[in-house]
Amino acid sequence: MADVTAPPLREFPIPPKVEPDAMAASKPYVAPEKIQEAIGFPGQLVENWHEKAIGRMGELLRDYRSLRVYLDSCVHCGACSDKCHYYLGTGDPKNMPVARQDLMRGVYRRHFTVAGKLFPKLVGAKELTKEVLDDWYKYYNQCSECRRCSVFCPYGIDTAEVTMAAKEILDSVGYGQKYSNEIIGKVHKIGNNLGLPGPALEDTLLGLEEDTKEETGCDVRFPLDQKGAEVLLVTPSADFFAEPHVESLIGYAKVFHAAGVSWTLSSHASEAGNFGLFIGNYDQMRKIALRIREAALELGVKRIIVGECGHAWRVAYSFWNTLAGIGAGGDDKFSVELQSQLDMRYRQPTHICEYTWDLIEKGALTFDKEKNDHRVVTFHDSCNVARASRMGDTPGGQFEIPRNIIKAVANNYVEMRPGTTREATFCCGGGGGLLTDELLDLRVKGALPRMESLREVADGGGVNFMATICAICKAQFTKILPYYGFNRSMVGGVHQLVSAAIRLGDKH
Amino acid sequence: MNAAGIVFAVVFYAAAAVFILGLGYRIRLYAGTPAPLKIPTTPAPTTNSGVALRLVRETVFFESLFKASLWTWLFGWAFHAALFLVVLRHTRYFIEPLPGVLAFIQPFGIYAGFVMALGLAGLWARRFLVDRVRYISTPSDHLMLALLIAIGLSGLGMKYLVATDVVMVKAFFTGLYTFSIQPLPSDPLLFVHLGLVAALMIIFPYSKLLHGPGLYFSPTRNQADDPRERRHIAAWAARMESER
Repeated sequence: MADVTAPPLREFPIPPKVEPDAMAASKPYVAPEKIQEAIGFPGQLVENWHEKAIGRMGELLRDYRSLRVYLDSCVHCGACSDKCHYYLGTGDPKNMPVARQDLMRGVYRRHFTVAGKLFPKLVGAKELTKEVLDDWYKYYNQCSECRRCSVFCPYGIDTAEVTMAAKEILDSVGYGQKYSNEIIGKVHKIGNNLGLPGPALEDTLLGLEEDTKEETGCDVRFPLDQKGAEVLLVTPSADFFAEPHVESLIGYAKVFHAAGVSWTLSSHASEAGNFGLFIGNYDQMRKIALRIREAALELGVKRIIVGECGHAWRVAYSFWNTLAGIGAGGDDKFSVELQSQLDMRYRQPTHICEYTWDLIEKGALTFDKEKNDHRVVTFHDSCNVARASRMGDTPGGQFEIPRNIIKAVANNYVEMRPGTTREATFCCGGGGGLLTDELLDLRVKGALPRMESLREVADGGGVNFMATICAICKAQFTKILPYYGFNRSMVGGVHQLVSAAIRLGDKH
Repeated sequence: MNAAGIVFAVVFYAAAAVFILGLGYRIRLYAGTPAPLKIPTTPAPTTNSGVALRLVRETVFFESLFKASLWTWLFGWAFHAALFLVVLRHTRYFIEPLPGVLAFIQPFGIYAGFVMALGLAGLWARRFLVDRVRYISTPSDHLMLALLIAIGLSGLGMKYLVATDVVMVKAFFTGLYTFSIQPLPSDPLLFVHLGLVAALMIIFPYSKLLHGPGLYFSPTRNQADDPRERRHIAAWAARMESER
């Protein structure tokens, strides 16, 4: 899309005027038959889609309290209406969280409530026509499931829950999204989202060992499928070769090297990402999570550590214990099997930032901070880490620990404007399964609020590096920064900064 | 016994039944629906007592709304707090003798009546003046505000314009407890006031007024942030493990 341009930065951060249908033309490619069927969904829109969609909705209302309560509870107060980055960037009213929810709420009222059956006009009940279904496809694919709205809703209504339900219903009638569903197919078939097969992965890692040897003079290893290693590292596959992601992978390896801990990657579970989350499909999310369990059992590791990836950390931290028994407290056979192998003195799973920060606190790592002196760093909180997970022992550790690491390895740090960081952080604009080229216009516009606060600290504080701990954030910013006049290389990982500054003891 | 007494006795028995049974059904439905995943909006409390405190803060201070929009918070909080006081004031029509605390707040209940009407007016004004809120407003959103304002104004009207015989009103409501139907004063304003309150009770379990109980069943607010320490699994999901 050559005609994509960034919206102008706003002088004052006031919400845009409502501009109906501004993004009515934005939609991702529909998944073709092969992709749909590979993961068990109908190949194309089924004939009795209306009946099937309402049926699936009923099942989701039975199985998910969130959906049931959230479709009932909204009072249209408007608290969320100016909180979504896609609304702020586009002005399309259907990108207001409340209006996005109402696309489904109308159908819910019509089919599942007394008031909606008796007085549909009065309460905004709507029949699920093909037009409404198309609107679902368009606008539930303009939500990155970042949960910013849920922070501000007086009842905690989380639009991500509604979006996920909508995507599940769309998938179940054969109206799936190509990008996400293709990736899920690849995970099952090849082991990771990018479709990098085992041998290629092995080559890549060998190459990284050579590069790192050249850079540092140290034998930093990048082991694959090493049985008996202490740590299994599960990281987004982008870390294996995408820039700037790979710089963080080198950082993790250096941390393990400096700590003297044996670790391994797994070719079976060479992907931390779990797009089952994005499409709201419990079964897919579980199947993808079970790969990690299988790899851990097969390799006999004591710890599972997760690399820099936002939604992956949400799934790992919040859901792995539920889905795959990776965690503590379960006394069923399924959980106990894994617990008896893992070293339960550690948090299972552990985020790589928790791991590195623990080592720093213990004094086990030393740094040449001046190696990062050419940088003035800011930190972009990734939505899933910020609002759907934790690090460390206290609430908010997910904000403090990455910042603490940055401050331990770099001298110049500047915070972005309050209200755009921590739990109020803005999504990068590419999360939730929207990181695909045909949605570039949406992605550029959705990045507006983040770009505004980055512009402030770049102009006012000299910031030239935005650190983040999410593969999607890194890929999205690398792509869209130039649209806002920034250099694409100003985004990178926290462990990229660690990598630059860490002292490796055995220099030749 | 007069005709008004009979009609309103029937209306209030029916309204109370719909309110209690309808709301009870809804709450049982919420409580019985599983929450298969841990989805608290973080940072979240890590303990159950922390969760209780979070819900108390949401209930008493509307904490999230405060972070979201000061105007909406101001009008919304003022309305709810005032409504709470007004309801407390109305206990004098239902309880004999009136406990000291309830007797003490009686005058505040009157001022609260004005605050309530002003808060509602503010909330209603937003539905016309803010383009985003105008876009999302449905006819029922307007009607709900109209209903509440009409209840408030008719109540204030009986206090300041056309007084009604409150002793008779009290005898009527306390009589309902023992199924002895007492006469009601034949004041149109009282009929309007009582009729609208009964309507509100009937609408409650079938409308967005469910946001009241909804808050306490909202997984983003009522779950503790402890997924690594405790295994959380829904019955329908646990079944998948034996199917492996």
